[in-house]
Amino acid sequence: MSTTLTAKKENIISYLKETFYDVGKVTLFALRFFKEVIKPPYEMKEFIKQCYVIGYKSLPLVTITGFIMGLVLTLQSRPTLAKFGAESWLPSMVALSLIREIAPVITALICAGKVSSGIGAELGSMKVTEQIDAMEVSAINPYKYLVVTRILATTLMIPLLVIYADGIGIIGGYIGINIHSDVNFYRYLAQVLESITFLDIFPATMKTFFFGFFIGMIGCYKGFNAANGTESVGKAANSAVVTASLTIFIIDMLAVQITDLFF
Amino acid sequence: MTQEKTNLELNAVTTVNDSVIEINELYKSFGKNEVLKGVNLTVNKGENLVILGKSGSGKSITIKCIVGLMDIDKGEIKVFGSDITKLDSVELNKIRVRIGFLFQNAALYDSMSVRDNLGFTLKRHAKDLSAEEVENQIKEILESVGLSEAIDKMPSELSGGMRKRIGLARTLILKPEIILYDEPTTGLDTITSREISELVLEIQKKYKTSSIIITHDMPCAKHTSDRIVILKEGVIHVEGTYEELEKSDDEWVRSFFI
Repeated sequence: MSTTLTAKKENIISYLKETFYDVGKVTLFALRFFKEVIKPPYEMKEFIKQCYVIGYKSLPLVTITGFIMGLVLTLQSRPTLAKFGAESWLPSMVALSLIREIAPVITALICAGKVSSGIGAELGSMKVTEQIDAMEVSAINPYKYLVVTRILATTLMIPLLVIYADGIGIIGGYIGINIHSDVNFYRYLAQVLESITFLDIFPATMKTFFFGFFIGMIGCYKGFNAANGTESVGKAANSAVVTASLTIFIIDMLAVQITDLFF
Repeated sequence: MTQEKTNLELNAVTTVNDSVIEINELYKSFGKNEVLKGVNLTVNKGENLVILGKSGSGKSITIKCIVGLMDIDKGEIKVFGSDITKLDSVELNKIRVRIGFLFQNAALYDSMSVRDNLGFTLKRHAKDLSAEEVENQIKEILESVGLSEAIDKMPSELSGGMRKRIGLARTLILKPEIILYDEPTTGLDTITSREISELVLEIQKKYKTSSIIITHDMPCAKHTSDRIVILKEGVIHVEGTYEELEKSDDEWVRSFFI
């Protein structure tokens, strides 16, 4: 009995040790970004390529999801607002919901699935096939070339994709409203713009920079630290999606608290 | 083209004392698994040293430690007289530029064409070269490995032997003084293995390189080696020329040559 308890205790201690070790490794990996990003040489060509891959190539997916978000939100909210005779508030409600919460979180989650897993699989595969080692022995800093460029690209592109999703979502909302009634687009847009203030846009946009940073960072960390063997490539991609998605929710929760505190 | 060495040539090479790599009491373990337990090794200038040993004996780990890809537990690795275990990343990179490393699977960058695989490294270390000069050097190196026609191909379009040659070309583009070969003929047919072995010798003659060759391929070892060391249980068990070791009294050593 006591042997079993000792074994369990040892397991828990070893698990805690590993967890703290991992947290330390992730922190050092993330902190290294700030050190490397300011040091020349700057890998502009790779950065632009990553912006294209992460930003431009995600546009079709973000367009479809953004449109559906706006359309569904409008159709789902309409009956409730109609009950209270507040149908005229629909454009404002849809716009605010999209800009403050739904578009940033959903877009970030989609990018966690597409971008973070892509980066995790790509770097994991490079690690397994010794391409990262090959860079290192050629005296090329693989962290700077592969990690810094990708984290910078996600940090910059995710906010742009979210702003784009906001716009598409608002158009989706307009079509949703017009399924049941006939509203002029300019009137709809005027009502949307009237209801949005700087304090709606600013905190929502700020948090998307953090979403982007962590989506890139987690994908890179998982790929860069993939173990040997092809199986680890899949694990790196999978683990990147799960961790990035969870991190998005945690950042979102913290962002709401901070916004409440200051705005 | 066969370039077998005569015994006279072998002796001439091995008597040179000017060492480019000197490993003293190298220890490396992974958890409780002690892989290297005090390896002592010297590579002389202009020499091809072959390291033999059973799988898992630490051959690849030894050469990865030489280029600083793996941290060591204890010991000293002197490359061109500098202990690389004590260098910072800037100093280490200055040494790395002088060392070429051919990985077992060539480790070509999948997302880049052959031209970019070679140019990627060159452009970063020879910034004063014009685009035309870079292109000329790439073509020249590709010609020296006999693959000029592959310049626009992607790594996925290359055969195993071609990948090894391109990997070698990428290694040569910085004109290294030392080349570390990690199983250069593994996974290749007999004829291609022979071609790669000949290429290793050609490179040694043309570029005056010193090399460590890790291999399980005995014809390759015979063809390329000036000297052979065999790793056993984490230490250098025996050292000598191919001919000497082939006639060793130690049955375990002879088993490699059957």
